[in-house]
Amino acid sequence: MSELIVKTKEVVVPGEILATGMDYLPGQGTYREGDNIHASMLGLVNVDGRAIRLIPLSGKYLPKSGDTIIGKVEDVTMSGWRVGLDCAYSAMLPLKDATSEYIMKGADLTRYYDIGEFVVAKISNVTSQKLVDLSMRGPGLRKLMGGRILEVNTHKVPRIIGKQGSMVSMIKQATDCKIIVGQNGLVWILGDPEGELLAVKTIKKIEDESHTSGLTDKIKEYLEKETGKKITFGENGGEER
Amino acid sequence: MDMELKGHIAQLLSKGKRMDGRKPLEYRQPISIECGVSETAEGSAKVQIGDTIVIAGVKLSVETPYPDTPDQGSLMVGAELLPLSNPDFEVGAPGIEAIELGRVVDRGIRESKSIDVKKLCIKEGEKAWTVMVDICTINDSGNLFDASALAAVAAIRDARFPEYKDDKIDYKVKTDERIPLQKTPISVTVRKIGDSLFVDPNSEEEKATEARLTVAIDEDGYIIALQKGGDKAVTAEDVDAMIGIALDKEKELRQILG
Amino acid sequence: MSYDQRIDGRSSFEELRPIEAKAGVIKRADGSAYFKIGKTVAYAAVYGPRNLYPKFMQDPRKGILRCYYNMMPFSGQGDRVRPGANRRAKEISMITEKALLPVINLEEFPNAVVDVFIELPQTDAGSRCAGITAAAMALADAGIVMKDLVSAVAIGRVDDRLVVDLDYNEEAYEEGRGTADIPVAILPNSGKISLLQMDGQITREELKECLRLAKDACKRIYEVQKSALKEKYIVSGE
Repeated sequence: MSELIVKTKEVVVPGEILATGMDYLPGQGTYREGDNIHASMLGLVNVDGRAIRLIPLSGKYLPKSGDTIIGKVEDVTMSGWRVGLDCAYSAMLPLKDATSEYIMKGADLTRYYDIGEFVVAKISNVTSQKLVDLSMRGPGLRKLMGGRILEVNTHKVPRIIGKQGSMVSMIKQATDCKIIVGQNGLVWILGDPEGELLAVKTIKKIEDESHTSGLTDKIKEYLEKETGKKITFGENGGEER
Repeated sequence: MDMELKGHIAQLLSKGKRMDGRKPLEYRQPISIECGVSETAEGSAKVQIGDTIVIAGVKLSVETPYPDTPDQGSLMVGAELLPLSNPDFEVGAPGIEAIELGRVVDRGIRESKSIDVKKLCIKEGEKAWTVMVDICTINDSGNLFDASALAAVAAIRDARFPEYKDDKIDYKVKTDERIPLQKTPISVTVRKIGDSLFVDPNSEEEKATEARLTVAIDEDGYIIALQKGGDKAVTAEDVDAMIGIALDKEKELRQILG
Repeated sequence: MSYDQRIDGRSSFEELRPIEAKAGVIKRADGSAYFKIGKTVAYAAVYGPRNLYPKFMQDPRKGILRCYYNMMPFSGQGDRVRPGANRRAKEISMITEKALLPVINLEEFPNAVVDVFIELPQTDAGSRCAGITAAAMALADAGIVMKDLVSAVAIGRVDDRLVVDLDYNEEAYEEGRGTADIPVAILPNSGKISLLQMDGQITREELKECLRLAKDACKRIYEVQKSALKEKYIVSGE
C-alpha cells in the first residue's frame, strides 16, 4: 500500500521518509531504500504526480553546462585564465574562447582580464571530474567594471530572476541599477549608492522569503514603498546586457 | 583584496556612505554582551557586534610568582582565530594575526593596570593567582579587535575566584570574590581607507582597510594603549583625528558594557 | 548500596538532560549548528565542498571529509587546558569523521573537501557525542547530500544501573562496580551504529541493553535536530 508521508512545500531533513510503497518515483534529492523513499538532503518537497523530488534549500553551486555565471579571475596562465566560481571547483577560460577579438601571441593577458576582476561568462563544458570550461564569446559576456558583487544562495537564483526575468527587472526599474545575476549565486549591481543598497536589501528579502507565495506582489509593494515610484509589472527585461 | 571592490568602498566612504547603509562612525546593531556563557570558566562573556561573535573565558590558577616580582600575581591574554569562524582561518598554532589580537587586547588591560596584580598575591614569594584570559572567535564578520577587547573585559568582571583551601583549588566551588579591577579599559579601532576614517568594518571593509589604530581608553579619559596596524602610513593629523573618534565612540561602548 | 537516585536529580535512568539546538548560528560558515545537552555545549561549522590543498590529496573519484574537534581552554572541569591539538582531540576528530562518513556520499564532490569544525565552550561529559550531533546538523544546514542525519549520546553503567546520557559526576562515580561509559552514534532512520566506544566494565547482556537504550535515546535527539533545522527554514505565516 503506497502512502505519501509529506506534502509539497514541506521542509524535510536528510533521511526523512517521504513516501512508502512502490507507486512513487524517487526524483532529485531523494533515494529509495527498500519500500521507502527518503530525503537525501535538507530540502523543500515537490510532488508532481507520482514523482517526488526535493528543491535544495542550501549548498554550494554545482557547475552546469550552459549556465551563465559571474566569476572572479584568480590566475593568469599561458593558456588562459583560471576563474573562481565561489564553489569547490574553479574554471578555465581558454585563450580561444576568451573574447571575440583576436589575441596576439605573446600579448599581455592581464590587459584583457586581470587577477581580481569579475567577468560574466558561460559554462561551455563540465567533465565528470567537475573540471569546468568557460567561454566569453557571446552577447553580454564581458568584464564587469565598477559596482559591487553580492553573494546569494545559488538555489534562490531562479526566484531572484523571476519568470522570464520579471523579478529582477522590477528591481532594476525601482533602483535604476544595472543588475546581472549569475547562476552560481554571484550578483553584480551597479548604480548610485542608495540604488545599490536598495537592490541588495531587496535581493536579501527575496532570499529570506523565497518559498512564500505571492512573493512578486510583496516585492513590488516593498519597492514602491521604498522608492515612492510606481512599478510597472510584467516587463520582460531578462538579464541586463 | 580586489581593487574594484576596494575602490567602490572608498568611493562610498568619501561620500559618507557604506555598503550596508551605515554612516562611517556607526557601529552595527545590536551590540550585545552576555556574561556567564561558560560555566566551566571562572568568568566568561559572549560579545556580538552585528554578526561578529566572540567568546572570552577566564581561568584562574595559583602559581609561584616570578622571582623579580615576588608580591605579584600575573595576567595572560591569548586569542585564537578559530577556523570555525572564518573560511580563511587555518587549523594549527596561532598565526601572527591571532598573536597580534591577543597582545593588543592584553596591552589594553595590562598597561592600564586595570588589575591590581599585588592583590593577587597569596603568599609573597610562594603563591599568587594567575589570571588567564582566552579569546575564541565564533563568527568573524569583521571587527574582531573591538569585540574581543569588550569580551575580555566583560569576562574579567564576570569572574569569581574558586575556593582555595589547604593549597588546593576546588573549581567546583565559586566564592563571591571578584578579580580586583581598578580600571575598565574600552578599545575602539578606527580604520582608514583613502582619506576616510570609519569604525566597525564588515568583512569586506576590513579587507579593504589601509591603516587602523586601536585605542584603549580608561574611564577617566586617558589613552592607555595604542596599536597601529595596516600596510599604509598615516599622518600625525590622522592619528589625532582617529583618537578623537575613539574618545567619542568609547562612551557608547562603555555604556553598553555597563 | 546501589545507584538509586541520579546525582543531578533526573527522575528516570533513561532521561536525557535538557537539550537546546539551533541551526545556522555562524553566518560565515556554509552550514552551522549549536547543540547543548545538560551543561555540555558544542558549536559546529561546515565549510565546503571547497578547494582541497595540498593538491596531492585530491582524488578525482571522490572528495574527503575532514573533522576537527577542539575544546576551548576554559571548557574543562578543572584546570585550564592549553590550546592546541592534543592526542585526545585528535582521536575524537577521527572518530567524529568515522561517525559521519556512512551518511555522506563522497562521490558528490570529487577533488574537493568538506571541513567540519567543532568547538566546545563548556563541557560536562558527553562532549564527543554533542560534537557529532551538532556536526550532523551543520552538514545538513550546509546542503551536503546525506543519506540520514547522525545522532549521538553516551550510554553507560553507573554501579548496577544502566543509564542514558551520563554527566561528569556519573562518569566519575566510584562506588560499587564503578562505571562504564559508552558513546554511541546512530543513523536514526536505519538504526545502524557509526560510533561505538567503551570505557570501563560491562557484560554482554548489559551491552545489548545499552545499545537498545542508545537507539531509543538517539531517536529523541533526532527529533530535536529535525526541529532545529526545520525551524531555520520555515517562514512564519507560510
